Amino acid sequence: MANNTRSIKATSLLGGLVRSFNGDVLTEWQKSLTGFLSGNRSFYITLGIGFLIVYAAAIAGFDAMRIGYRHAYGITREIPWGILISTYIFFVVTSTGLCIVSSIGHVFGVKAFMPIAQRAVFLSIVTIFAGFTVIFFDIENPFRMALYNVISPNLTSNIWWMGTLYGAYMLFMAVEFGFILLKRHRLAMYAGLAGLISGISAHSNLGAIFGMLHSREYWFGPYMPIYFIASAMMSGCATIIFFTWLGYRVNNERVDRPMERAMEVVAKLSALMIAVLLFFTTWKILTGLVGAPGKVEAIKAMLFGPYAINFWVFEVALGMVIPFIILLRSGFRNLNAAFLASAMMIVGIFFMRYDLVLLGQVVPAYHELGVREFPSILRYMPSFHEIAITVGGMGIVGAAFLLGEKVFQGHKSDIH
Amino acid sequence: MGFRIDLNGLKREPVETVPDEERREFLKMGLALTGVFAGGTVLSFVSRFGDVFASPERYAEEYPYKPHYSMVIRQDRCIDCERCVEACRETNHVAEYGYRTTILERFVPDAIGQKREFIPVLCNQCNNPPCVRACPTKATYKDRKTGIILMREYKCIGCKTCVEACPYDARYFNEERHAIDKCVFCYDTRLTKGESLTACAAACPAGVRVFGDLSDPESEVFQMVHQIQKPVWVLRPEAGTKPNVFYTKG
Repeated sequence: MANNTRSIKATSLLGGLVRSFNGDVLTEWQKSLTGFLSGNRSFYITLGIGFLIVYAAAIAGFDAMRIGYRHAYGITREIPWGILISTYIFFVVTSTGLCIVSSIGHVFGVKAFMPIAQRAVFLSIVTIFAGFTVIFFDIENPFRMALYNVISPNLTSNIWWMGTLYGAYMLFMAVEFGFILLKRHRLAMYAGLAGLISGISAHSNLGAIFGMLHSREYWFGPYMPIYFIASAMMSGCATIIFFTWLGYRVNNERVDRPMERAMEVVAKLSALMIAVLLFFTTWKILTGLVGAPGKVEAIKAMLFGPYAINFWVFEVALGMVIPFIILLRSGFRNLNAAFLASAMMIVGIFFMRYDLVLLGQVVPAYHELGVREFPSILRYMPSFHEIAITVGGMGIVGAAFLLGEKVFQGHKSDIH
Repeated sequence: MGFRIDLNGLKREPVETVPDEERREFLKMGLALTGVFAGGTVLSFVSRFGDVFASPERYAEEYPYKPHYSMVIRQDRCIDCERCVEACRETNHVAEYGYRTTILERFVPDAIGQKREFIPVLCNQCNNPPCVRACPTKATYKDRKTGIILMREYKCIGCKTCVEACPYDARYFNEERHAIDKCVFCYDTRLTKGESLTACAAACPAGVRVFGDLSDPESEVFQMVHQIQKPVWVLRPEAGTKPNVFYTKG
């Protein structure tokens, strides 16, 4: 009996899916094509520049592969993780954040968040793809990874969980986006929920990669996985404001009332997340200053040392304090002010990731021995190849965003 | 019913005349009393002895490697001639841009007398290896027989998480091998080919590196570690890695 009902349900589900691929979908595709062809001159020029950047970055990436990362990148034995890892984190944090912010409306049914959902889901796929592309050029044997992640998994390894869960996450988000396009909103909601769960698990595992390295005092502890989730939300809010504003520009449209409302609540959430992150950062510093010597050294490098400008100017001022003031003063209603604040936050967040990755490595393993080989904190400078690949990742997001705006006609899904 | 010891009836017996066997028994009793046997976390009064290991029995039970390869470094004997580094390079085809073992130099200008000392470092072949936990594909693993941290190079994806995880800076990515390279106590190049010493230990003219089987009470390493007259310590004990490379002086 129960089996019967289940099979009937399955059949109707399948039937529904098949029905979704009917003439409507075909006209949708036609609309997408005409949508893409509807851009003006400056749209195609910008898109072309985006593709050129990606192309140039790909050349740089494969060139780095050819000559060897040791020669092409600024990484060393002591600092093996550089800007490519931090950029990867920047992108996947953004992706997870977009997924979380989109889920507030799309999965949990908060009406005010609905208008941003489709664009957010689309951008979360784009940003995770950009992240994977960047890390592809950091991992020395990416093809082995595809094989041995499957046939030789180490279940105690956070990086294994992170990779596997992010793989699943990307799939779920793509399925969700597909269902949104097919207007199968219930199924899209389930896929979104699966994406949210795998995304959050993946993301906290990414934090745990750092948090569970017990020889790295700056990273070690439960702070990292928690901080990663909190900062993902901030990142997601900033990114969706930034790209929604731009999206309306690209499509040359006026923001309608529901979208205005959505931007207002996201701006409020942004301000809240900035406050949360300011709180996190303050306590990270204060606890770090009384901790193990390795941690104290890293915190000092951040506050007064070679990372001070990154920290005070970019992370604190540009990433948190100024946007917070802008948002508060605008009463969350001024879209242009929110856009400016979000752009600043995105720049600040990029530096947050960079500093987080580097500061965990600048204190040498043997610094407490007081040996001549490691007299002070270690230095790292990103190389030309690394910067090119980083910019390429941004090119991917930019180009895909522009393409998405036209192909999906401003992401106006009628989710209710 | 307890028993009493007639203290006055005991004859005077300097430490030097006590046979090794008896001394060890006495030490065991003392360590049991101070709690060192309880799990290896209580500090002994002379060294980081307690951080390093529990009782020989408990230790063997928990880390049942046979032979349990280990190295004791007599730090004050090192003169930085680097023959160990060269021997390692030659034996294990170490890349010129990397090393499996190196010698660190500590210079203390304010010290009275000797102002410089050398500290040889290598993979500590930890009993609780952070690199093994972190590796996503089991490319690095602890050999069940010998306790040596080995590499399955063909599985290494080059993510370098093990490099980050290692508290001893013992790993680097080797381009030619397309994998992480590290000290394996010359497992593939010497130990499995009938040699009993690592290349570095064999090459050292000053007897700095004592290599042997920690599970064999007759071995030199066992005897050097299981005593409390001379300090024995490990590097970065706070990382909780339970290393198999020990340091001593004097």
